[in-house]
Amino acid sequence: MNKILKTPIQSEDVENLKIGDIVFLDGYLVTCRDMAHRRLIDMGMELPVELEGLAILHAGPIVAKDGDGWKIVSIGPTTSMRMEVHEKEFIRQTGVKLVVGKGGMGPETVAGCAAHKAVHAVFPGGCAVLAASRVEKIERVEWLDLGMPEALWVTKVKNFGPLIISIDTHGNNLFDRNKAIYNERKGPIVEKICEQVKFIK
Amino acid sequence: MQRDDMVTAMTDIMANFTNYLGKHLPDDIMAKLGQLRSAEEKPLAKVVYDSMFENLAQADALDRPCCQDTGVIQFFIKAGADFPLLSDVREILDEAVRRATRAAPLRHNAVEIFEEKNTGNNTGERIPWIDWEIVPNDSGIHLDVYMAGGGCSLPGQGKTLMPAAGYEGVVQFVFDVMTSYGVNACPPLLVGIGIGGSIEVAANLSKKALFRPIGSRHPDPRGAEMERLIEDGLNEIGIGPQGVSGTDSVMGVHIEKAARHPSTISVAVSVGCWAHRRGAIRINADMSYEILSHKGVTL
Repeated sequence: MNKILKTPIQSEDVENLKIGDIVFLDGYLVTCRDMAHRRLIDMGMELPVELEGLAILHAGPIVAKDGDGWKIVSIGPTTSMRMEVHEKEFIRQTGVKLVVGKGGMGPETVAGCAAHKAVHAVFPGGCAVLAASRVEKIERVEWLDLGMPEALWVTKVKNFGPLIISIDTHGNNLFDRNKAIYNERKGPIVEKICEQVKFIK
Repeated sequence: MQRDDMVTAMTDIMANFTNYLGKHLPDDIMAKLGQLRSAEEKPLAKVVYDSMFENLAQADALDRPCCQDTGVIQFFIKAGADFPLLSDVREILDEAVRRATRAAPLRHNAVEIFEEKNTGNNTGERIPWIDWEIVPNDSGIHLDVYMAGGGCSLPGQGKTLMPAAGYEGVVQFVFDVMTSYGVNACPPLLVGIGIGGSIEVAANLSKKALFRPIGSRHPDPRGAEMERLIEDGLNEIGIGPQGVSGTDSVMGVHIEKAARHPSTISVAVSVGCWAHRRGAIRINADMSYEILSHKGVTL
C-alpha cells in the first residue's frame, strides 16, 4: 500500500517520515527552480503563488499550448543542490512542506526542514514522461517572463511518485549518509588502482 | 540532385534525427541499462530502475522526449574534406535544431550570455555547438548528436596536474568528481576522461569519449586496462541509480588521449546521465544516410 501525502500537507504528515521512505503525492505541486528562489530570497520579490502546505518541484518542464491553457509534455526533476543556498529561507518564508527534486541537498536545507517541519524527496531523474503522466492538469502559470523552464507552473497531480525521502524532519540526510560511505570505500580502491597505473617511470 | 535540394534533404534528415534521439536511447545504452537493472540487488535501487524503464516505455508510446532537459544541442562532426555541403552545415544544423525544437517539442535551453535571455528556439551564439574534424579523401559526413542535460553537465571538471602527480593523480581526480558531483548527476553515468597536455584539449577529449559505444575499449592496452580498473573501482563504490546506492555505479568508463607536454598532465571529466541521448549518423554525398546508434530506424 503506497503512502500518499495530500495537500495541504500538515507538519504531522511529514514528521513520521524517515529517509529512504517512499511516498506519493496528491494535490498541488508547483515548479520552482533557480530563478524563483533567486527572485524571492535575493531580490525580495513576492512569490505569485501561495505555497503554505503545498509541494514544490525543482523542475523546468516542456509544456505545449492546449487551447487557452497548457499541457505538460515532459516534467522531471532538476539538480536540487543548485537551490541549496536559498532553500532554508525559502521554506521559512513560504511554509512549503514537500520539496521534490533530484539528488541530495546540504546542511542548510536539513536545518530548514528540521526547523519548519518539511521534507526533501527525490523523484527519479530523467523520468519525465512518467512524471508527466501523473500530472492531471496545469492550473496556471506565473512568471512566464522567465521562459519555459524557469516559470512557476502550478500543477495538480495524482499519485505523483515514487518520491524517496532524502531529508527528513529529524536532521537526517540520505545523500550525506551515502556520500560518507562512498568516500570511505573510495580511499582503498583508489590506492589499489594507483599501484597499477605508474606509467611515468 | 541540385544543391538546394541537397540542403533541404540534409536539413530534413537532421531535424528528424534530432527529434528522434530526444525520445529514444541508443541501442548500446538500452542494452547496458537492462544489464545493470537485472544485476541490481538493492530494493530502493530496483524501484528507481523500474521507474526508468516505465518512463522509456511511455516516452516511446506517447512520442515524447524521455527527459524534460533536452540540453543545449551539440554536434560533433567528422566531415569528409570532399563532402559537398561543407559551407552549408552551420545553416543546416541551426535550422534542424529550430525545427526539432518545435516538432518534438524540445525544451528551450539556449540562454544568451550577458543578455541572460532564453532565445526560445535552442539556437544562439555558437549554439548548437559544432565541433569539426576534417577527414581527408572522404565525401560523406559523420555526425554525433548529443543532448546533455544540465544535471550531467554540472560535474564537468578539469585540472592540469604536474607530472609528479602522475596517472595516479588522474585516477584520484576522477574518483573525487564521481563521489561528489557525480552522485547528483543521474547515475548510472557514462564517464568520459580526457588526458592531454592542456585543459581545453583534455576537456574536448573527455566529451568525445562519451560518443564511443559502450563495450568498446581504448586501442592502447594500457588505456583499456585503466578504463577497466576505474570502471570496476567505481562500481565497487556502489553509487547505484540516482545515487541512492546500489550494486553498480556506472554504465562505462572511456578514456581519450592526446600527447602531452613534458611539464603537464591535464585531465578532464565529462559525464553522460543514464538517459544518454546521443545519436550517430552518417550521411553520404548523395544524401543517403545510415543511423549507426539506433539500428533499423528510418526517419
